[in-house]
Amino acid sequence: MAKLYVGFFLMHLKSQMQYKTAFFLTTLGNFLTSFTTLLGVWFIFDRFQVVEGFTFNEILLCFAIMTMSFSLAELFARGFDTFPRILGNGEFDRVLVRPRNTIFLVLAAKTEFTRLGRLLQSLLVFVYVLPRCGVVWSPLKILTLVLMVSCGCLLFFGLFLVYASFAFFTVEGLEFMNILTDGGREFGRYPFAIYGEEVLKFLTYIVPLALVQYYPLLYLLDQSQRVVDMLAPVIALVFLLPCYQFFRFALRRYRSTGS
Amino acid sequence: MKMYLALLRMRFLYGMQYRVAALAGLATQFAWGFMEILAFMAFYRANPANFPMEFSQTVSYIWLQQAFLALFASWGYGADIAETIISGNIAYDLARPLDLYNRWLCEMLATRFARAMLRCLPVLAVAFILPEPMRLRLPASPEQLGFFIVSLLLGTCVVTTYSVLDCLAVFYTMTRINLVFAMISDFLAGAVIPLPFFPEPIRRVVELLPFAAMQNMPLRIYSGHITGSSMYQGVALQLFWLAVLWLGGKWLLRRSLKRVITQGG
Repeated sequence: MAKLYVGFFLMHLKSQMQYKTAFFLTTLGNFLTSFTTLLGVWFIFDRFQVVEGFTFNEILLCFAIMTMSFSLAELFARGFDTFPRILGNGEFDRVLVRPRNTIFLVLAAKTEFTRLGRLLQSLLVFVYVLPRCGVVWSPLKILTLVLMVSCGCLLFFGLFLVYASFAFFTVEGLEFMNILTDGGREFGRYPFAIYGEEVLKFLTYIVPLALVQYYPLLYLLDQSQRVVDMLAPVIALVFLLPCYQFFRFALRRYRSTGS
Repeated sequence: MKMYLALLRMRFLYGMQYRVAALAGLATQFAWGFMEILAFMAFYRANPANFPMEFSQTVSYIWLQQAFLALFASWGYGADIAETIISGNIAYDLARPLDLYNRWLCEMLATRFARAMLRCLPVLAVAFILPEPMRLRLPASPEQLGFFIVSLLLGTCVVTTYSVLDCLAVFYTMTRINLVFAMISDFLAGAVIPLPFFPEPIRRVVELLPFAAMQNMPLRIYSGHITGSSMYQGVALQLFWLAVLWLGGKWLLRRSLKRVITQGG
């Protein structure tokens, strides 16, 4: 399966490199999307040095983590992000007749390398902020950081999966999922606690985005010593179960559009 | 003129078709508006003295921004026009007895207004009855409301002429670079953060650019952050940039069309 995925991966890479101008311009556009967010944060912090006890560099760390998780999810799981199109043009029927796992095939069907623009952005911010954010890096803290990024990426993948599942019922994409995916990334630039208690509760217990962001961030910044905060990203993965079940449920209801 | 009106009507009706999509979009815009306001609230709590607008003005700014998102968004428009350029179908359009530039402008304006019509009323209706710090307020005077409406229309025209330029770039790149155009204008027009939140020296320059003639002007006039003589100057700035972008677009289209070679068949 891994070999097959690598095959698909290289194929996408080659095909997207055929149109170099288009590729670089779209990558630049993707770089700019998160760059404007970054500029916004910078301008705001130029005016208000601290928010809810978080300094500019601490916010940058948070921004880099969320941007990286999101861009990785988008890079690999773009097939689910553009799922309504795959359903609409009948491509999905071809996926179903192949002798492999459906989710694997949709994942392999599309890899969006232009998202490297956003990934590059988060890398640059990491390079700037890691030595400056005041965190004393111990092996446990490095592990926390890795968990935040990887589990965050998986969580966004789960949300893409839910988005795709809705498309089975509506064929059109549902814009309201954007508040969780794009919104999660955009508003995730600040620790979710600044949005107030209700939002934090929602993002802890319902859609656990705060578990990969706010709680482990407290651990990184020594504002909390609790192991549970450090391991919160792992707990967040429980969210993937209902996502997967929902996708399976929706898949059973699938009827081809016939085109 | 009659032809353009017919085009406008046709596009408008076409845009009104997607009612379910508009409903789903509404929920997103509400949630988005709330989160924006909550974030600004946190900064207001952190240091009210450094807040460059009154808090209620920021709230009005954000709700209007959500309500009229379709008028001012610079992404998601003109894909069909870019497609005619890339595919070469533009040859048919050139054979029609209509000025191509005006036609594009008309079509995009109509699409914007149709999308905005569906979305603005519910957002405004709810934003007006929300509890206090979140509530959208009416402008202080009828004059302000009048200028807001004029400025809103002008701002939409400025964005649309900018979108045409974005499409025209396709003649040279043969691929859509909408995202690059959109990100630049979004940021400089105050879609990411309102222009008053920009650092002082940068703000002074940005406020003269064509992007400041987009959503920045009507939203700040409505919320009462721009009043009196700066309001008149603001509308004049919008007229100026509209004229420049309009003429510039027409000129660029003429120039680009010289490069177009129509093959037979």
